[in-house]
Amino acid sequence: MSTNTKAIPAKDMTMLQKYFTLRKHEANVAWKKAKARKMCYLFLAPYAVLFCMFYVFPVVASIYYSFTYYNILEPPRFIGLSNYISLILEDDIFLIGIKNTFMIAIITGPLGYILSFLFAWLINELPRWVRSVAVIIFYAPSIAGNCYVIFSVFFRGDAYGYVNAFLMNVGIIDAPILWLINPTYMLPICMLVILWMSLGTGFLSFVAGLQGVDKSQFEAGYMDGVKNRWQELWYITLPNMKPMLMFGAVMSITQAFGVCDVTMALCGYPSTDYAARTIVTHLFDYGFSRFEMGYACAIATILFLIMILCNKAIQSLLRRVGT
Amino acid sequence: MAKKQKKQVEEKPYRKPLIKKRKPNRSIAGDLFLYLFLILVAFIMAFPIIYAVSSALKPLDELFKFPPRIFAQHPTTDNFSDLFVTMGKSWVTFSRYLFNTVFITFVGTAGHLIIASMGAFVLAKYEFPGNELFFKVVTVAMMFTGYVTQIPNYLILNKLGWIDTYWSIIIPAFASPMGLFLMKQFMEGLPTSLIEAAKIDGAGEWRVFSQIVMPNVKPAWMTLIIFSVQALWNNKASTYIYSEERKTLVYALQQIQSGGIARTGQGAAVLVVVMIVPIMIFVFSESQILETMASSGLKD
Repeated sequence: MSTNTKAIPAKDMTMLQKYFTLRKHEANVAWKKAKARKMCYLFLAPYAVLFCMFYVFPVVASIYYSFTYYNILEPPRFIGLSNYISLILEDDIFLIGIKNTFMIAIITGPLGYILSFLFAWLINELPRWVRSVAVIIFYAPSIAGNCYVIFSVFFRGDAYGYVNAFLMNVGIIDAPILWLINPTYMLPICMLVILWMSLGTGFLSFVAGLQGVDKSQFEAGYMDGVKNRWQELWYITLPNMKPMLMFGAVMSITQAFGVCDVTMALCGYPSTDYAARTIVTHLFDYGFSRFEMGYACAIATILFLIMILCNKAIQSLLRRVGT
Repeated sequence: MAKKQKKQVEEKPYRKPLIKKRKPNRSIAGDLFLYLFLILVAFIMAFPIIYAVSSALKPLDELFKFPPRIFAQHPTTDNFSDLFVTMGKSWVTFSRYLFNTVFITFVGTAGHLIIASMGAFVLAKYEFPGNELFFKVVTVAMMFTGYVTQIPNYLILNKLGWIDTYWSIIIPAFASPMGLFLMKQFMEGLPTSLIEAAKIDGAGEWRVFSQIVMPNVKPAWMTLIIFSVQALWNNKASTYIYSEERKTLVYALQQIQSGGIARTGQGAAVLVVVMIVPIMIFVFSESQILETMASSGLKD
């Protein structure tokens, strides 16, 4: 850094020139450093190449293609904003998809996040071996893969479906309800299933984070008159958990907006009246059934922007916790 | 108020050694309620999984009994053997689907572990231009789902000629950002002196990585393995792979389920095969995974 101050030249140089000399110098230093650390780049190269190829470049490509008409057979043709315009103004099904995705995200996202933290926190009180069993039970649904298809057995439309049979025996309904075909019930059932699976990676992070909170802080808390578990949660645990809360938020937002597997498996694809259509299923429809890649890329770009903006907003909100 | 609290804290542990471990500011009623609540929720969470396992074990006549029972009365493994016998005669056998999934999962996970660890090692332990920027980009990549990149990925894989091969699933899985992120965070906790000591003893970079760093981050291995296995084992792979003989277990599961009510038992059996592997890996490596996740926090 001391060399930097030397590089700042005489008074007659304008601010702009100063700026450029400084930048040039910095670039020189960086280049020298990079040369000295050649081996670092060698180690990072395999990952970096693949990462750019399958994560960075696709995002850029997706934005580019979203301004074109592209059906794989012909070369992409530039058509400006018309993909976006027809998405928002003409495509009613896309608007259903947006509405459904937001409904699911707004309800299951925060609720799943809060549940993850709540259960991680409650489990933390348990003795060691009970805790490890509890973590397995709560985490299992989210790694059990396609186990959610079992819900289509529970919610089967005829009288043999468990939910129908139960409700009919109790006498609440007298004819079986077509749970997964009737648009009124589709979304709530999907949300239920998504909530069942919502204790995922964020939950694990919370469990691990809670075990790592410094015990002496709790002891100091008893001394200073923390009266019950709720006060302890608010004044000691939450501020300590901030990094994990951030990580958990990223996980649950990503999951909440990417929902499609559950709706496709339970309600069919396409679902009745498109009542269970989400942004991602719409993207599949245009991308892999109709091969309108440009249009599908516009959908992907919108989804990408929604996710990034939402993440940034939530992060700046969480940064204020406990300050 | 504070004084009163202090008195309790000092007295309780000595008078009642049996409940010494209890935190002093917890009410017994609250604890009881907590246990009851957790047991109830645990039952709800576990029920669908228990139900899936028990229907896989039910013989045909019990599957359609009314009113249904949760547990099988005469458990059999017929459904599992049916998978190999009835589907053994079909064009693509069940064991082929199983092989495809095992192959994709194994190769994809192994490659991801090695490549992501190499990247994480230099990102965590060395300072070089571009280090922080790259890591930032990786964290941003965790913020959107893979669906966003699915279509350009298809075009890229198409150019590479990998569509309809195992590589279309395996290679992109190598670059999963989550693995690099967790590995880097965990490696930061590793003492730098360990690496310096090895270097003074004359070890090269590769040797430091493979013989000093990697053995010391074994808990993080398991975490990378579980996340990678979970993603690959449950991969339907239907968008990138067309040939029936290269499709995966989850795809087979959907085919069987669309076979209607007569295939209910077999469907449940496949379901058990699909879910048992990630759950088992998690059960056996839980403590190591939690150890890694403790450093998963996002700092700004």
